[in-house]
Amino acid sequence: MNAWNKPGFWLPLALVLAAGAWPLITGREATREVIFTALISVALASSLNILLGYTGYVSFGHIVFFGLGAYVGFYMMSALDLPLYLAAPAGGLSAGFLAFLLGKAILRLRGAYFALATIGVNEAARAFVNNFDPFGGPIGMRLNFRFYDAYGGAARALWTTFVALVVLTLILLAVSYLVKSSKFGLSLQAIRENEDAAQVMGVFAPSAKTWAFVISAIFPGIIGVLFFFKNGNIEPGDAFRLHLSIETIVMVMLGGQGTVLGPLLGGAGYQRLRGTLLVTPLFKDIQLTVAGVLLLVIILFVPGGVVGWLRSRFPVLRRVLE
Amino acid sequence: MILQVQGVSKRFGGLQALSRITIDLPEGQILGLIGPNGAGKTTLFNVINGIYAPDEGSISFLGQSVSGWPPQRLAKAGMARTHQIVQPLNELSVRENVMVGACFGREDHGLADAARIADEVLDFVGLKAGADQLAGSLNVAEKKRLELARAVASRPHLLLLDEVLAGLNPAEITAMIQIVRQIRDRGVTIIMIEHVMHAVMNVSERIIVLDYGVQLAEGSPAEVSKDPKVIEAYLGDPKLAKKLAQRPV
Repeated sequence: MNAWNKPGFWLPLALVLAAGAWPLITGREATREVIFTALISVALASSLNILLGYTGYVSFGHIVFFGLGAYVGFYMMSALDLPLYLAAPAGGLSAGFLAFLLGKAILRLRGAYFALATIGVNEAARAFVNNFDPFGGPIGMRLNFRFYDAYGGAARALWTTFVALVVLTLILLAVSYLVKSSKFGLSLQAIRENEDAAQVMGVFAPSAKTWAFVISAIFPGIIGVLFFFKNGNIEPGDAFRLHLSIETIVMVMLGGQGTVLGPLLGGAGYQRLRGTLLVTPLFKDIQLTVAGVLLLVIILFVPGGVVGWLRSRFPVLRRVLE
Repeated sequence: MILQVQGVSKRFGGLQALSRITIDLPEGQILGLIGPNGAGKTTLFNVINGIYAPDEGSISFLGQSVSGWPPQRLAKAGMARTHQIVQPLNELSVRENVMVGACFGREDHGLADAARIADEVLDFVGLKAGADQLAGSLNVAEKKRLELARAVASRPHLLLLDEVLAGLNPAEITAMIQIVRQIRDRGVTIIMIEHVMHAVMNVSERIIVLDYGVQLAEGSPAEVSKDPKVIEAYLGDPKLAKKLAQRPV
């Protein structure tokens, strides 16, 4: 496959690369933090999009994989003193494994029933971690400050984390494109459009759905480890924020579900909006309300999101925006 | 025999949808399946196709027992179908719809091959011009052709056609019958459910009549159309009908 010839492939990568290089060139920490937060959103949205956008399954539990991956990775770093480059993939794999098991159980459900089950999973995961002593229960865990010495001190570690996140986001967007333009992606989209018809045509829906779920879970698992490595401590309330799951859905819908570029624009755009709202006195306490209203408006008037709207409004762009 | 249905029954709660249906279908035939509304024709398709498991009886396809197989496994084995109520993948293009059939059907093609097959098949059913359109934007007649194209693209051995002629105008019916015949000439065995009598009588080698889930009659189109039981099922009691017709107004 000649993905490199397709603007739909390299355009998102170029955008992330440019955003990632900017603070590295200027060396400004404030810029780095803004872009770090934006990239977290972009990565969460892009990974959710594999399930929500390509496969058509709405999950309110995406943050479970972020939280669980983070906890597993953090435990390896704080209790077992293992390095980040082992902890991060382990976090991703454990999130993927959880998705595999969950997929076998709840991907039989469809539509609203699946969505409801994922809310239950989110609450169950938080309750479990709250009561699981090795993970520090409700208090959580923290990293010894000396842990960062291996990464050239805490200040350097922040830059390391940033670079790792940029690379991870690039990989994720490439995976997202490759999934979408593959035979596997075609089966996911067939499931999204009509699962029964897809099965009659020979698509093995149960296994395709499970693999989509696993791929979409691995990335938030890794991101969780990076995020809390940078943070230095982890608590159940921080790791399993249900509202972040909902905000991620808003990001995907805003940018355009089922597209590669959409979650990138949606994640960055939503984070930008949130940043503005948080410092506006009128909105600072009700920024989640704005997210809710935004979701409603998108679903009612632009169900395709920004990218979907652009593609249908300007057919020329279909070759460029995937 | 490509398909053998042995004493298959299916009930839904108190409704006996199918009772002891037996069909032996030799390769290369077109079998017409007719009967009044609610006779169980589509249910029979759903049982053959693996959407419902039969309560009794067995089904074998290409010599192996396939009772209890899910539809996706039967698709891989070479069974394809169209739906009475069209089920296009709306947000995918017409070509992509057909590619799904080619990719996941019997022959398991990669995307590039599937695209080529899709274009061939779309040309064959006369949808080539709209290949890049979204499937949701087609009209009903075109969606019926799309259903057919998806099924054909999977290169099936057995094709189940569920009312592909319904809702089409006479010219479209003639064109569609032509297409069905050509599919058969390529060696595909076909079972078609149809209400358009002259069409199904014309194209089928053999007809099976269902009524209230019971196999009412079976035979050549000529035999079946003269069978008094069949006439009764469609028109009511023939003697009564005659009497009513003779009654002075």
